[in-house]
Amino acid sequence: MAQHMTQAIPANTVKPLPLPEGVSGIVSDWSSDQRAFKNVPWGKAMMWIFLLSDTFIFSSFLISYMTVRMSATEPWPNPSEVFALTLFGKSVPLLLIAIMTFVLISSSGTMAMAVKFGYEKNKKMTFILLLITAALGATFVGMQAFEWTKLILEEGVRPWGNPMGAAQFGSVFFMITGFHGTHVSIGVIFLIIVAIKVLRGDLDNERPGFMTGRKGKYEIVEIMGLYWHFVDLVWVFIFAVFYLW
Amino acid sequence: MAHAEGQQHAHAHAQGQQHAHVEGQQHAHVEGQQHPIGIYLKIWALLFVLSTASYLVDYFHFQGYLRWFLIIVFMLLKAGLIVAVFMHMMWERLALLYAILVPTLLLMVLLGIGALEADYTFFSRGVFFVKGLL
Repeated sequence: MAQHMTQAIPANTVKPLPLPEGVSGIVSDWSSDQRAFKNVPWGKAMMWIFLLSDTFIFSSFLISYMTVRMSATEPWPNPSEVFALTLFGKSVPLLLIAIMTFVLISSSGTMAMAVKFGYEKNKKMTFILLLITAALGATFVGMQAFEWTKLILEEGVRPWGNPMGAAQFGSVFFMITGFHGTHVSIGVIFLIIVAIKVLRGDLDNERPGFMTGRKGKYEIVEIMGLYWHFVDLVWVFIFAVFYLW
Repeated sequence: MAHAEGQQHAHAHAQGQQHAHVEGQQHAHVEGQQHPIGIYLKIWALLFVLSTASYLVDYFHFQGYLRWFLIIVFMLLKAGLIVAVFMHMMWERLALLYAILVPTLLLMVLLGIGALEADYTFFSRGVFFVKGLL
C-alpha cells in the first residue's frame, strides 16, 4: 500500500495504543466515544452496575437496622447468646454463624479459582469448582434454615416481638438475613446453570444462551463470580454489624 | 505496582491472541483477568485468619471501643480483599473503580443521617414515653 511512497509512516496495527493511566485515564475513558469502561466486556460492566444498586439496597437495610437499634428503648437481645450453640454440654457463642462464615468464604475461594480455570479453558476444573461453590452455597442456605427454625421454634422470635427484648430485633433479623439468603439461593441456581453450560461446552462452541441468545463465552464465569463474591461481601458486613455488635 | 502487573497480564494475553486489531476496536478482544492461582489461595487463607480474628473478638468478650475498633478493622480488611482480589478490582481501570467506589462511599452520608436521626428518636422517646430513661 505504501510501497510507492519514499517515506512511509510506520503504522503499528498489531499492538494497541497504551491507554492513559491515573486521573487523565479516568477523564479520557469517560469522555471517549462509545464506551467508558475499557478492557471489560459490557456484561461485566453491567454486572458491576447491578451490584452497585444491590449495595444500596443492602446498605439501606443495614443503616435502617442501625437507626432502629440505636433508638430502641428496650434492651436489644444479645446476639452472642441468642445464636449460641450447645456443644458437649458447653455453650459456644455464635458457633453456627462462624461456621457459616467459613463456608461462604470457602465458596468464594473456589469461585475465584473457577474463574481462573475458565479463562484457561480448562472445562473439567471449572465445572468441578463451580459445583463445589454451589454445594457450599447450598450448605450455607441449609444452615441458615436451621438457624431460622431454632430461632422461631425454640427462642420464640417473631417479626413483631420476642421474649428477650426489643421487638425490632426479629423484624430486622428476618428482613436482612432473609434477603441475603435469597441472594445466596439465586446464586446457587445460577452457579448450577453456568456449570452445566461449561460441561456441555457451550462456552467453547459459543452456543447461544437460553434467555438472551448471546454467544457463550468464558467471561460469563467471571460475571457469575462477581455476583457470588458480592454475596460473600454482604455477609462480611452482616456478620460484623448484626452478629458482633 | 500491582496495577501495572495486571496491565502486563492483559497486554501479554492480547499479544498472545495475535489479533490484528483495528484501531477503534483495539480493546474489545483483550480477554479476561488471568492471575496465578497462588494469589487466590493466599487471600483465601488471609480471609480465614481475619474471620477467625473477628470471631475471637466475640469469644473473648472484648467490649467498648476496642471491640468496635477490631470489628470494623477486620470487616473493612475482609471487604477490601474480596473486592480487590477476588472481584479483580485492583486490576481494573480507574474509570470503573471510581464509578463503583465513589457512590458507595457516599453512603457514609446516609449513615451519618441515620445516626443523627436515631439519637433524636431515642431522646424523644425518653422524654415522652419512658419515664426515668434519661
